[in-house]
Amino acid sequence: MSDKKLILSVRDVKVHFKVKGGNDWPWTPKKTLKAVDGVSFDLYEGETLGVVGESGCGKSTLARSILNLIPATAGEIVWMGKDLRQGSEKDWLAVRRDIQMIFQDPLASLNPRMTIAQIIGEPLRVHRPELSSEEVMKRVRAMMVKVGLREQMINRYPHEFSGGQCQRIGIARALILEPKLIICDEPVSALDVSIQAQIINLLKELQREMGLALIFIAHDLAVVKHISDRILVMYLGREMELAEKHALYDKPSHPYTRALLSAIPIPDPKLERNKVIQILQGDLPSPINPPSGCVFRTRCPLAEAQCAGERPELRRLSADTQSSCLLA
Amino acid sequence: MLFRSKQKAVAEAMAANLSMAAVEGRSPWADARERFLRNKAAVVSLILLSLVVLACVFGPMLLPHSYEDTDWDAMAMAPTWHNLHLFGTDDLGRDLLVRTLIGGRISLMVGLMATIASVTIGIVWGATAGFLGGKVDTVMMRIVDMMYAVPYLLIAILMVTLLGREFYLVVLTITVFSWMDMARVVRGQTLSVKSKEFVEAARAIGVSTGSIIFRHVVPNLLGIVVIYTTVTVPGVILTESVLSFLGLGVQEPMTSWGVLIEDGTGVMETTPWMLLFPAAMLSLTLYCANYIGDGMRDALDPKDR
Repeated sequence: MSDKKLILSVRDVKVHFKVKGGNDWPWTPKKTLKAVDGVSFDLYEGETLGVVGESGCGKSTLARSILNLIPATAGEIVWMGKDLRQGSEKDWLAVRRDIQMIFQDPLASLNPRMTIAQIIGEPLRVHRPELSSEEVMKRVRAMMVKVGLREQMINRYPHEFSGGQCQRIGIARALILEPKLIICDEPVSALDVSIQAQIINLLKELQREMGLALIFIAHDLAVVKHISDRILVMYLGREMELAEKHALYDKPSHPYTRALLSAIPIPDPKLERNKVIQILQGDLPSPINPPSGCVFRTRCPLAEAQCAGERPELRRLSADTQSSCLLA
Repeated sequence: MLFRSKQKAVAEAMAANLSMAAVEGRSPWADARERFLRNKAAVVSLILLSLVVLACVFGPMLLPHSYEDTDWDAMAMAPTWHNLHLFGTDDLGRDLLVRTLIGGRISLMVGLMATIASVTIGIVWGATAGFLGGKVDTVMMRIVDMMYAVPYLLIAILMVTLLGREFYLVVLTITVFSWMDMARVVRGQTLSVKSKEFVEAARAIGVSTGSIIFRHVVPNLLGIVVIYTTVTVPGVILTESVLSFLGLGVQEPMTSWGVLIEDGTGVMETTPWMLLFPAAMLSLTLYCANYIGDGMRDALDPKDR
C-alpha cells in the first residue's frame, strides 16, 4: 500500500447528535447520541475500502460526514493534504468535484421531475458552467454508454426505469465529473441478487478504468469481500477491526468480526447444515449510553474484567491487520 | 479485407442511425394529463365549468337587459320568451338571467381572487416553516392552529359592521380564513421532499441551496398544490355564498349567487324560479369544481387513490 498515494485520511472523527426525548421537559438536559465515535482510517488512490457493521452502527453517518452532509462534531478529515473541516463553502465545492456519492435507494435518489439527461448532467452544470449544452449532452451520452444504459433513454424520467437501471443512472451521475473517490452507501442492498452482481461488476470495471477509490458501505459481507481491498468493521460507532480482505476473512482478530463472518451463508447445503453460527447474546446497546471500555464487551463471548476499563483504540497486530480487541 | 471493413462501416452507420432517434420520455406531467383526460366525469365537468365561466363573462354583454334596470311590463314574471326573460324576472322586474350571470361573475371572481391569495400565502407560509424547521416551524404552525380556532363568521360580521359591505372585504375575510389548509399541506410535503435522497444527492453534488429549492423541491410540491387549489376554489365560492346569504356580501344592486339565493328563499312559494336558477348555477359550478378536483388528485397522485 505504501507505494500508492494517500488521498483521504480520516482521524478520530466523531459525529454526535443532541437528542431530546419526546416526553422531556424543555429544561431537561439533552442527551448525546454518539453515532460515530472516533473513527480513523486512511484511503489510498484506486483502493476500495469496505465498511461493514450491523444496522445503526454509524456506517452511513460516517460516509455523510466525509461529504459534510452531516457535519462531523470533532476530528480531522484530510483530503489531499487539506483538512476539510476547516474549509469554507467554496473549498467544499472544489472537493465535491472529486468526491461523489451513490445512494442506497436508486429511485429515491433521482428527482422524479427531471429527465435522465438533466440528472446525469447536473454535476456538470454545477461544476463546469463553461461547457456548452451540446458538450454536456455529448458527455452525458458517453457516460450513459459507459454504465450500460442505451442512449435512446436520454429523455426519459426515472420512474420509467427498473431499480438496477436507476442505480446505473446514479453511478453515471457520480462518475460524470471523473471524481477520485466515490462513496457508495449500500448501493446494492435494494437490488435483486442478480442485479447486485451486475452493479458490483460495473463498479469494479469502472474503478479499474478510471482509477477510482471507493468507500463501499454494506451489511452484506459476501458483497464486501467481492469488491474490497481492505475492510473496516464497525460496531456502535467504533472501529472494531481494519484489515486487508484476506487477512480479515481468513483469520479475523476481533470476536465481533468472527461473529459476523460466521453468519455468512455458504452456498452448499451440506456445509451450511454443519456450520456453527455464533449468535451474539443480547441487543445492540444504545448509542446514547454506550458501555464503558470496549463497546462490544456486553455481547462479547470472551469479555474479561479489563474490557470494561479503558477504551481500546485500534492496534496494529500485523502488517495487514489492526484490531481494537484487547485480547487479540 | 477492404470489403469487410467497408461492410462493417455500413453496418455501423446503420446502427448509429437506428440509435440516433432518442425515445421521447413521458414526463410525470404528461402522464397526469393522460390520466385526467381518461376521467370522464372530470372532463365533462371541465367543459361544463368552462361554459359557465364563458356565459358569466360574455353573457351579460350579449343580452339586451342590464342587471339593475326594471322592466315595468314584466314584474316577477316566470321564465318566458316575452322580452327574452329566459330565467324570468325578480319582484323588481329585473332580468334574472342577467342577474344570475352578473352574480356568477362576482362569485367566480371572489373564488378566484381569494383562492389565489390564500394559496400564495399558504405556499409561502408552509414552505418556509417546512424548510427552516425547528423553532420557526413550531411557532408558525401554532399560529396556524390558532387561526383554526378563530370563529370566522363572528369576525366576518364584525368586519362588515365596522367597514361596510364591500367586495374587497369579502375577498379579504375569505382569504384570511382559508390559507391554513394549504399551509399545512405544503409544510408536510416540504418536509417529506426535503428528506428525500435526491435532495441529499443534490447537496452531495454541490448544488446551491437556491437551486435545490427551485429545481428539486418546488417541482415536487406543485402536484399537491394544484390538487389543493382545485379543492379550495369550490370551498371559497361556497363561503362567499354563505357570507352573502347572511347579508355580509356585496351591496345591492350588485349581486352574487349567495345574494340571489337569499333573495330567492324569501319568495320561493310565489316565485320559485328566483331561487331555482341561481341555486342550480351555484350547484353546477360546485359539482364541476369538485369533480375536476377529484380528477386532478387522481391524475397527479396516482398512489393516493
